[in-house]
Amino acid sequence: MTLFLEQLLNGLQFGVMLFLMAAGLTLIFGIMGIINLAHGSIYMVGAYAGALVITETDSFLLGIPAALVVAAIVGILMEVTVIRRLYRRDHLDQVLATFAIILILNQAITILFGRQPLFAAMPAGLGGSIELLPGLIYPVYRLAIIVVGLSVAAGLYLLINRTRIGMLVRAGSTNRDMVRALGVDIRMLYTIVFGLGALLAGLAGLMAGPILAVQVGMGEQILITTFVVVVIGGVGSIKGAFYASLIIGVVDTLLRAYLPGLLRQFMVGSEADALGAGVSSMGIYLLMALVLLARPKGLFVADS
Amino acid sequence: MNWRKLATASAITLAAASATQADEPVKIGMITTLSGPAGYLGQDIRDGFQLAIDAEGGTLGGVPVTMIVEDDALKPGNGRQIADRLLNNEGVKLFTGIVFSNVAGATLPDIIDNDAIYISPNAAPSNFAGSECHKNYFVVSWQNDSLHESAGQNATNLGYETAFVLAPNYQAGKDAIGGFKRFFKGEIVGEVYTRLDQTDFAAEMAQIRDAKPAVVFQFHPGGLGITFLRQYQQAGLLETTPMVVAEPSMDGVILNAVGEAAIGINVSSHWNADFDNEASKKFVAAWKEAYDRPITYYASQGYDTALAIASALKANGGNLDDLGPFREALRKADFQSVRGDFAFGPNQHPIQDWYALKVVAGEDGKPMLKTGERILEDHSDAYAAECSL
Repeated sequence: MTLFLEQLLNGLQFGVMLFLMAAGLTLIFGIMGIINLAHGSIYMVGAYAGALVITETDSFLLGIPAALVVAAIVGILMEVTVIRRLYRRDHLDQVLATFAIILILNQAITILFGRQPLFAAMPAGLGGSIELLPGLIYPVYRLAIIVVGLSVAAGLYLLINRTRIGMLVRAGSTNRDMVRALGVDIRMLYTIVFGLGALLAGLAGLMAGPILAVQVGMGEQILITTFVVVVIGGVGSIKGAFYASLIIGVVDTLLRAYLPGLLRQFMVGSEADALGAGVSSMGIYLLMALVLLARPKGLFVADS
Repeated sequence: MNWRKLATASAITLAAASATQADEPVKIGMITTLSGPAGYLGQDIRDGFQLAIDAEGGTLGGVPVTMIVEDDALKPGNGRQIADRLLNNEGVKLFTGIVFSNVAGATLPDIIDNDAIYISPNAAPSNFAGSECHKNYFVVSWQNDSLHESAGQNATNLGYETAFVLAPNYQAGKDAIGGFKRFFKGEIVGEVYTRLDQTDFAAEMAQIRDAKPAVVFQFHPGGLGITFLRQYQQAGLLETTPMVVAEPSMDGVILNAVGEAAIGINVSSHWNADFDNEASKKFVAAWKEAYDRPITYYASQGYDTALAIASALKANGGNLDDLGPFREALRKADFQSVRGDFAFGPNQHPIQDWYALKVVAGEDGKPMLKTGERILEDHSDAYAAECSL
């Protein structure tokens, strides 16, 4: 039972990391109509900036603004120089341009930092584990990730539902032309949304630093799963991204943990392991296919 | 310009062209993984190979060579495309470089069935070592299974009775677990296949903690290994459950990254930077001179591969129109490997010794790999008998 709870927490922690990525991606996709493949690169840039500052200064606290500011600046620069020219173009052009950004940023990071992965130290005081329930020992840092992720989700909820910017964002995702017709500076709004998305990706990168290897190509690994989240949640819906992230995080973790064991009940050990590993890595894509069959626009459609 | 001048100029150009063709250097196609989280593996193989060329001043065995380096990005399809292009457009006859067994699986058949030679500096999947062995296919590194057989033997020698094993779900991962089990005499209490692109191992850590094994064996090369070890440490498992791994899960870069936490981990390998033989000392010194980064066994395998090629080129003078004499010469393995004794077995995979290593605190306080006793002597692989060459 404690093992199951621990796996649930692992799923939750993976889920909130996905949410930080998916929130930005779904806003950019939903409001601006841009397929931003380079979102993962911003995550990588945030992780590198954070890891570098943390290593140089021995202070995790200084790493936080570094990662967030650098990610936001790179995001805004990307929007102003490249993405802005793509709003009226079709999706293929957007995919090509943002894919080019991935290649350029990956190569730039390789030139600057080399191919060896970097590491960020754990923030002081969060390195150990605590006993949540008798027998359930969980790393403090991962709990902190869950707390930060859920707080960001709550903050985004307030921002989107209670502020003027949020109102414009909601309006923009429903009917872009009408917002423009009402005299709103849509360009400014786009830049703000893109910057916000980049900031969240940078935060995800920063928090990933101490547990994952900070390395070239880390962005693409998480990006694919993030797109699955966006599609399941419904394009443009923050609420959808939130629930879909948690669902994907938990489903992926539980499948990985329990499917081979389940299959072993009625198959030979090695075959069960191989099949289980194969099916569990397909699991989230199967889930996406099922969701799309039942609800072609995702679980939460933004303009409903 | 009048016509006569033009004709003369053309004639001179043509003559010059044919002259360069005559002593054109031998092309070596290096298809390797340079980008992504495992990029440092290919980088080290390439740079180790280059060291051997540089040591001779641009030749191998006295024959001028040029390296054509291409990045497969750990995608089997890319590897295959690159091989096709180098074979058909560049006329390359000698290939090397592939790091990952899934890339090797897709790329090798094209090369070796098209009258070109492949000499592996790393990946050596089991399906090419037995009945599918090929006269054009040589392996300088090890057969995948043997690498982890050494870890299995090491765990047995250290007296562990139960083990939890983990490896990515691809050919080399299956070979790893197969190899470990073949030489581990205890009981396997858990077997988990991870993903080759996995970044978070929290679910696996929980399973290990639950199974309470005496020892954990894992195979996670490159960035995967760093992430795995760090999370193993963060989950508090490093203090409770010892780990036995083969070299790919604890190479120089991983060791550097994990730092002091790695002290005490048992490793097994066919080469280590502290080996006390002339070839190894020369190689380590050359590496330190040329590069400002940790030395890995990948680099040593790239270097040895270049030495092997040099021995064959020296014997046949660089003529690759007829591959027979080249293969013949290569099979003799007439070079000083950094590992010490080295020979090719009947399936053209290595016969070599395996050693137990341990991570200890070095003189400068930084953790380092220290070579211990020999675990396996003149060890071949489990598939050599099935090969009829």
